[in-house]
Amino acid sequence: MKIQRLVGACIASLVGLFQPALAGTTLDAIKQRGSLKCAVQGPSNPGFGVPDTQGRWQGFNVDFCRAIAIMIFGDGEKIQIAPLTTQTRFPALQSGEVDVLTNNTTFVLVRDTQLKFNFPAITFFDGQGIMVPKKLNVQSALKLDGATVCVQPGTTTELALTDFFRKHNMKFTPVVIQARDELTRAYAEGRCDALTSDATTLAAQRTTVSNPADHIILPERLSKEPLGLTVRHGDEELRDIVAWAFNTLVNAEEFGITKANVDEMLKGTDPQIRRLLGVDPGLGAALGVDEKYAYTIIKTLGNYGELYEKYLGEKSPLGIPRGLNNLYTNGGIMYVPPSR
Amino acid sequence: MPALPPEIIASNVADIVAPTPSMPRFHRSDPRTRRLIYQGAFFLVLLAAGFYFGSNAAANIARRGLELGFAFLGRTANFAIGETIISYSPADSYGRALLVGAANTLMVAIVGCVLTTVLGVALGILRLSTNPLLARLVGTYVELGRNIPLLLQLFFWYSLVTRLGGARDAWSPLPGVFVSNRGLRAPTIVANDAFAYALGALVLAIVLCVIVKRWAELRQAATGKRPPVLAVMLAVLGGLPILGGLASGGSLALDYPQLQGFNFTGGMALSPEFVALLTGLTLYTTAFVTEIVRTGIQAVPHGQWEASRALGLSSGRIMRLVILPQAMRVIIPPLTSQYLNLTKNSSLAVAIGYPDLISISGTVINQTGQALEVIFIFMAIYLAISLATSAGMNLLNNRLGLR
Repeated sequence: MKIQRLVGACIASLVGLFQPALAGTTLDAIKQRGSLKCAVQGPSNPGFGVPDTQGRWQGFNVDFCRAIAIMIFGDGEKIQIAPLTTQTRFPALQSGEVDVLTNNTTFVLVRDTQLKFNFPAITFFDGQGIMVPKKLNVQSALKLDGATVCVQPGTTTELALTDFFRKHNMKFTPVVIQARDELTRAYAEGRCDALTSDATTLAAQRTTVSNPADHIILPERLSKEPLGLTVRHGDEELRDIVAWAFNTLVNAEEFGITKANVDEMLKGTDPQIRRLLGVDPGLGAALGVDEKYAYTIIKTLGNYGELYEKYLGEKSPLGIPRGLNNLYTNGGIMYVPPSR
Repeated sequence: MPALPPEIIASNVADIVAPTPSMPRFHRSDPRTRRLIYQGAFFLVLLAAGFYFGSNAAANIARRGLELGFAFLGRTANFAIGETIISYSPADSYGRALLVGAANTLMVAIVGCVLTTVLGVALGILRLSTNPLLARLVGTYVELGRNIPLLLQLFFWYSLVTRLGGARDAWSPLPGVFVSNRGLRAPTIVANDAFAYALGALVLAIVLCVIVKRWAELRQAATGKRPPVLAVMLAVLGGLPILGGLASGGSLALDYPQLQGFNFTGGMALSPEFVALLTGLTLYTTAFVTEIVRTGIQAVPHGQWEASRALGLSSGRIMRLVILPQAMRVIIPPLTSQYLNLTKNSSLAVAIGYPDLISISGTVINQTGQALEVIFIFMAIYLAISLATSAGMNLLNNRLGLR
């Protein structure tokens, strides 16, 4: 035991090299730095986070990062985006390399506990799917016995895939490649019979292959994949800010506040809306941020529904139906605590 | 001029600068005392730095509430591995998964080192060929091979093998051999009685060959003429196993790969990832080894060639008996570095999906969050492999060295 501790301390010292011994809370560090560091899926994932021609990151997940930055700084541009792979994201968050994961990380028990993370909000309700080429003539995942499946390492999908095949007493050969682009290329070139990931990621990746119409996503969902915003333990203030940045977006949609009508709404009489937009102050002070935080978020980015339609919805290249991610009032399960 | 043994130099120096009897024993102007003080101070600084970083990291880890320890190695891994040379299933432990990764790394390293040596020696000799076309061709390969980054070469080979046809339209150059983007499939010999007899006969044949060779050497020593035994040895090596197989009364059976569902079953398989990694690593490292062999050969004084020719040796035997053994002394130290490079470079496998130690470690880190422990384990494994390689090569070097 003593030797173990000694050895542990020795390796730990390697990591210790790169960290200050004492830093304030994460939020203080962010304020001092003047920018928020968010991780997105690397190298990129269409719809969720891609750099545009000017090198500015755009996407559903990137806008959550902007919303949090608006809460902290009142400015959605004070962000630094780090595209991380599925394998590098957790060490990066644990070591303080990034502040928040806005990269479709699945909320599961061991990550919450063993990895010492918190998931302040679930931004997207997803399920794991399997994509196959149409010419394979497979209609169900249960017909995939003996197949070769391309999968990203270090994901919950890798585990759920293994569970699914074990449960149905089928065999498969995994081809595990870390870089998403390389993985999709291996699938597109026929190295694998099937590609598995969260269904939305599959939809996004399908837009990158040469002929998207030649591929179908099988109906089975192998797992629940609640994708969340992730912070590390130890800063409750930051956790609150992240949670309410997201809740604000959804509550705004519920109230019908949009990017276009938010100025109009300021003049309204609805007490809930007046409170949310900071016309009647109080919420900002409670969070320790500017009273106008919700107004700035909606004015800059729009509400949750608007973001969804812009990046992922039927009119975007991804064309993912709202489905579970509709507001609970519209037949979905998107239900967040009220801002009051 | 032969170098003096270090202890002689040391004692000479000590004699020259020895303190006069009047000086106290530990005076600060005594160079030995000064040396002790400096080394002691340096050691203390090192210790303090180590302690500072260690306690700093330990505090950071404690603050984050993370745990250190190796208990996770016994937990169920729950993820599958594409190719394994030791048995593994997702129900096995993380420890077993890491072992599978280490075995895969060793596999590609060993096969790669053997291929690199054979190819490197052959190409190094060809590089010195008097045929200008041949020499230039090898020269071009060397420049291409060592000037293009290995990672790019790996991507090139990987996209080449995955661009082959699918399993259902595999190319079959020989009956039972299939080449597709699922890798290379070939028939294997079923281990039945006939196989056992043939194997036994092969061992016998090898023993016979050794005896024949020894006899030929004695004969040469006695008469000065070397009997032509090569044909006999080849006949024995080829013929005996066949006779052995026939003698068993049975016949050799082959396990043919068959297309079943999505993929082939039966026979032996080499995955595209393994093939791409091995090809890339081998061709990259061979380019360096070719140059090492060339310089090694050129380092042998020209007089050795002339002397051997004067003895009437054929040029093949000059190379084999006179030049290469001397060149080895120059070749082995840098060759060792290339073996080590090849082994460590195999960690680039992670880019093309071969489940090597690093690839599997990455997954384990991700699933367990025990980054430090897993990094420690794979560093220790790489260190062990490298030290073992160095030790082996140093042994070889000492045996070949001048005494």
